[in-house]
Amino acid sequence: MSTTDRLAVLKTYKLFINGAFPRTESGRTLLVEDKKGNPLAHLCHASRKDLRNSVVAARKAAPGWAKRSAYNRTQILYRMAEMLEGKSEEFAAAIASTVPGGKSRASKEVAAAVDRLVAFAGWADKFGQVLGCNNPVAAPFYNFTIAEPMGVVCVVAPAEEPLLGLISLLAPVICAGNTAVVVGSTEHPLATAILGEVCATSDVPAGVINLLTGLRPELLEVMAGHRDVDGISAAGCAKAERTTLELGAAENLKRVTVDSSKGKDWYDLQKMNSPYRIQPFVEMKTIWHPSGA
Amino acid sequence: MSPSPKTASKPELDFGNAWEYAAAPEGTKVSIEPKYGLFVNGEFCAPRSKRYMDSINPATEEVLSKVAIANQADVDKAVAAAKAAFPKWKRLKPSERAKYLFRIARRIQERARELAVLETLDGGKPIKESRDVDIPEAAKHFFYHAGWADKLDYVFPGRKGTPIGVCAQIIPWNFPLLMAAWKIAPALACGNTVVLKPAETTSLTALRLAEIFQEVGLPPGVVNIVTGAGNTGAALAAHKDVKKLAFTGSTGVGKELARNLAGSGKRLTLELGGKSPNIIFEDASIDQAVDGVVQGIYFNQGHVCCAGSRLFVQEGVMDEVLARLKVRIESLRVGDPLDKNTDLGAINSIGQLATIKRYIEAGNSEGAQMFQSAAKLPKHGYWCKPTWFTDVQPSHTIAREEIFGPVLSVMSFRTPEEALMRANNTPYGLAAGVWTDKGSKIFEIASRLKAGVVWCNSYNRFDAASPFGGFKQSGFGREGGRQGLLSYLELKS
Amino acid sequence: MPNRTVDKVAVEARAASFKTRSIKKDSKRQGLLMVSSMIDLTTLEGKDSAAKVRALCQKAVQPDASLPHVSPVAAVCVYPRWVSLARELVADSGVKVASVATAFPSGQVDLETKLADVRAAVTAGADEIDMVIHRGAFLSGQLQVVADEIRAVKDACAAAHLKVILETGELETYDNVVRASELAIASGADFIKTSTGKVSPAATMPVTLVMLETIRSHFLATGQMIGMKPAGGISTAKDALHYLVMLKETLGDAWLTPEWFRFGASSLLNDVLLQLHRLESGQYAAHYDVTES
Repeated sequence: MSTTDRLAVLKTYKLFINGAFPRTESGRTLLVEDKKGNPLAHLCHASRKDLRNSVVAARKAAPGWAKRSAYNRTQILYRMAEMLEGKSEEFAAAIASTVPGGKSRASKEVAAAVDRLVAFAGWADKFGQVLGCNNPVAAPFYNFTIAEPMGVVCVVAPAEEPLLGLISLLAPVICAGNTAVVVGSTEHPLATAILGEVCATSDVPAGVINLLTGLRPELLEVMAGHRDVDGISAAGCAKAERTTLELGAAENLKRVTVDSSKGKDWYDLQKMNSPYRIQPFVEMKTIWHPSGA
Repeated sequence: MSPSPKTASKPELDFGNAWEYAAAPEGTKVSIEPKYGLFVNGEFCAPRSKRYMDSINPATEEVLSKVAIANQADVDKAVAAAKAAFPKWKRLKPSERAKYLFRIARRIQERARELAVLETLDGGKPIKESRDVDIPEAAKHFFYHAGWADKLDYVFPGRKGTPIGVCAQIIPWNFPLLMAAWKIAPALACGNTVVLKPAETTSLTALRLAEIFQEVGLPPGVVNIVTGAGNTGAALAAHKDVKKLAFTGSTGVGKELARNLAGSGKRLTLELGGKSPNIIFEDASIDQAVDGVVQGIYFNQGHVCCAGSRLFVQEGVMDEVLARLKVRIESLRVGDPLDKNTDLGAINSIGQLATIKRYIEAGNSEGAQMFQSAAKLPKHGYWCKPTWFTDVQPSHTIAREEIFGPVLSVMSFRTPEEALMRANNTPYGLAAGVWTDKGSKIFEIASRLKAGVVWCNSYNRFDAASPFGGFKQSGFGREGGRQGLLSYLELKS
Repeated sequence: MPNRTVDKVAVEARAASFKTRSIKKDSKRQGLLMVSSMIDLTTLEGKDSAAKVRALCQKAVQPDASLPHVSPVAAVCVYPRWVSLARELVADSGVKVASVATAFPSGQVDLETKLADVRAAVTAGADEIDMVIHRGAFLSGQLQVVADEIRAVKDACAAAHLKVILETGELETYDNVVRASELAIASGADFIKTSTGKVSPAATMPVTLVMLETIRSHFLATGQMIGMKPAGGISTAKDALHYLVMLKETLGDAWLTPEWFRFGASSLLNDVLLQLHRLESGQYAAHYDVTES
């Protein structure tokens, strides 16, 4: 608490679901402490029902987001980058308060996250040209393969690099035209809690990005088994977590992609900005049409 | 068949016997050994299990041969051979790898007649289809993928595709040799080695393919073939040295394999079941649409994962479509698969026939109206007349579950939105057909159908250059084309 | 109901599928006899002479003296000036006399001249009139002109049967073939016929299939049977058997007679006879085993 004569107004951190900022339906909170163990904030401790509500919102938003022109998605992702840039200071401070490495490391992470959004903003209206193709079939047909969004994808952000890791997983998913339900870093959840403000001011339609703070182990199994989830993008998974995800996913054959990136990997542009990080979150559709007057 | 009262007074065409086609059996004889071992490390060998199973001709119920049942020890041996062969095969100059595949393609072409007859004897499919589709397409898959082997560096910009290792491949009984080719050709082109398990009822052409591997001098261990049933497949999938599993088969087994592999770190691609919609709009070319419907559901006795088993017809043309459908189905010839004039052969196995019959009973008992062609069925063997149901409700079992037989469910719709909603209302997403002569409509419908393959004004078209695979519970991964290579490569930056 | 269209790729694939039928032994013998009985044995050349017409009629009435079980062909088809001679020669053999009229093959004269042509042929004893449609009018969209002409010719035919030649090689698209077939049927055609034989391509299997399917649609809607005559370009017995297969599997048994199906051909008969010799003797026949007409 500051010692000036003005009492600071503290932010109440909430979830971001369907374009709104609800409290967790469970009423539970998580105490976030700074590196010295001082209480910093109370965050929503999202429940399985919050996850369910998020999936409902994401499902509802999916057709509209998929139908937006790729150019429009490009602009919205770029707008997110603009808004994130504007809140760089706040993000850097929030990250530095819990993540080892200090303010300059955190600022670097935020800048990289902004740049990642810009990179994928640019991909939105191009990846289809890289991943799809025409196929020279041996018959009088015009045959082509296009990349289509798969639907609702859950994102499980890594513990470290709480903003950059999250954005690196989220950007390819929504760039492809999917809607997302994100479970942020359990260990360093503040960035996740603030990110909703970026989404809310970036023309991201309601339900396209849903952000949950909570305990990863509680939500993983629910998400893995949820039959209305089409894909999962996870990072920082222990073997047991991966097993949980893949076991649950077998129920409806949702697509699970586990990213093993760590530390410096998140800053590797060659690896991170590749369209082959969009590939796992699209379905390739091949269309045949006869050619003859 | 009970004629619908609505059409009873309408003019009917007579598909009688004014001019009968004499039997035209394919004359080529193929030699079949009384017993087949496993193909491991370039050689045929007796199974350590010492056990064999009968391979039956479903058109006659005669035993064609005995085929080895591989047990854990046999699987271990095959995987060890594949693992041992991998480093050298991986390092082989890609252009040399390509030449092996080209050679295989050529030998399949040269032995095409023999392979076609054997495929028909073993699986019951009409010789016309094994001759004109299965075998030529199998050759094409090797030819197509051969050319990729030395071009992988150009496929994925900014990434380097490297082989994965030993690939386990489990294939179904509906297109035995063709599925083997679909699986083996891309795996080898990408520098992997393979252990293939054919379906238990149809192993013979895969074992002939093994002979071809010997003939072309494919290095030992690069492809190994273990025959057997579900246990063999499970042992293979679970083997610790298998780095990737590619499975084609039922959604039930696919899910089981996915559960078994959870957390193993193994790569997995699944090509599973379907209940694919075929949508006819009133502005379609109706006669061709009806041909397409018949192609879609009766090709290969309906033993096709992407069979167009749900037909949606716009109300205004329902009578017209049904009248032509009946005419077209009556012209289908059911019987001896070796007869060159046969359109529908035998059902692959007695078990599958029982499944199909169970679904037909469900259709009847749940209130749909059944029609069957007047085809006469042979006395011996496993047969099912071309069957179609009208008055089918979306909730009926025959409208929801994969039958994998010559059974069509016909439903109506009024608007494009209704057609889309009903077509997509399924856990599956393998394929779909849409028939309309209006360009903008066909693109809209094609883009909104949740299916990996959409055939516009066509159905059941396949090509090695055209990726195939499903959305949703029809599996994941693609086979064929550029996208198919992703299933057999590790992309490194 | 919108105009019916034809998918070119699909109809060509379907037509090709009939060629995979294998017609052997008894069914081949029966098929060949059926083919010969369905032939409109034709000579339509500038150099036609009385001698040529005599030879043709003799061959029509008795195709091959050494194959007595081969019945006469369906008709002889000649220019109007040879009708009375042909009439006299075929006498009561059952062979019909068909005459091309309406300024065959181009149809490039006024309607009155066409009708005079038709009346002359009918008066001279023609049982059947093969007319050509006004392609210029058809292709320029003046469908009523085409229909009126057919109707007028039909009236001029009196009791003679009218075969309407679409000259499909000039119509170019299958959609046009359907439209022209429907127009001819609606305007009184007893038969529809592909070609004059003077334009390439003449009859093809896909064009014939499209016309058979139009006949089928008309039958299913009205119960009225219309005859079909592919003409030109069918010169081998094997080709003809494929046409019969297509006929059988498209329209069924009722059309498998000369009353409803004809082949317009000049050299086909001899190939059929050679094949029949082969079936009878078990040996391949020599070209001189059959007579030129």
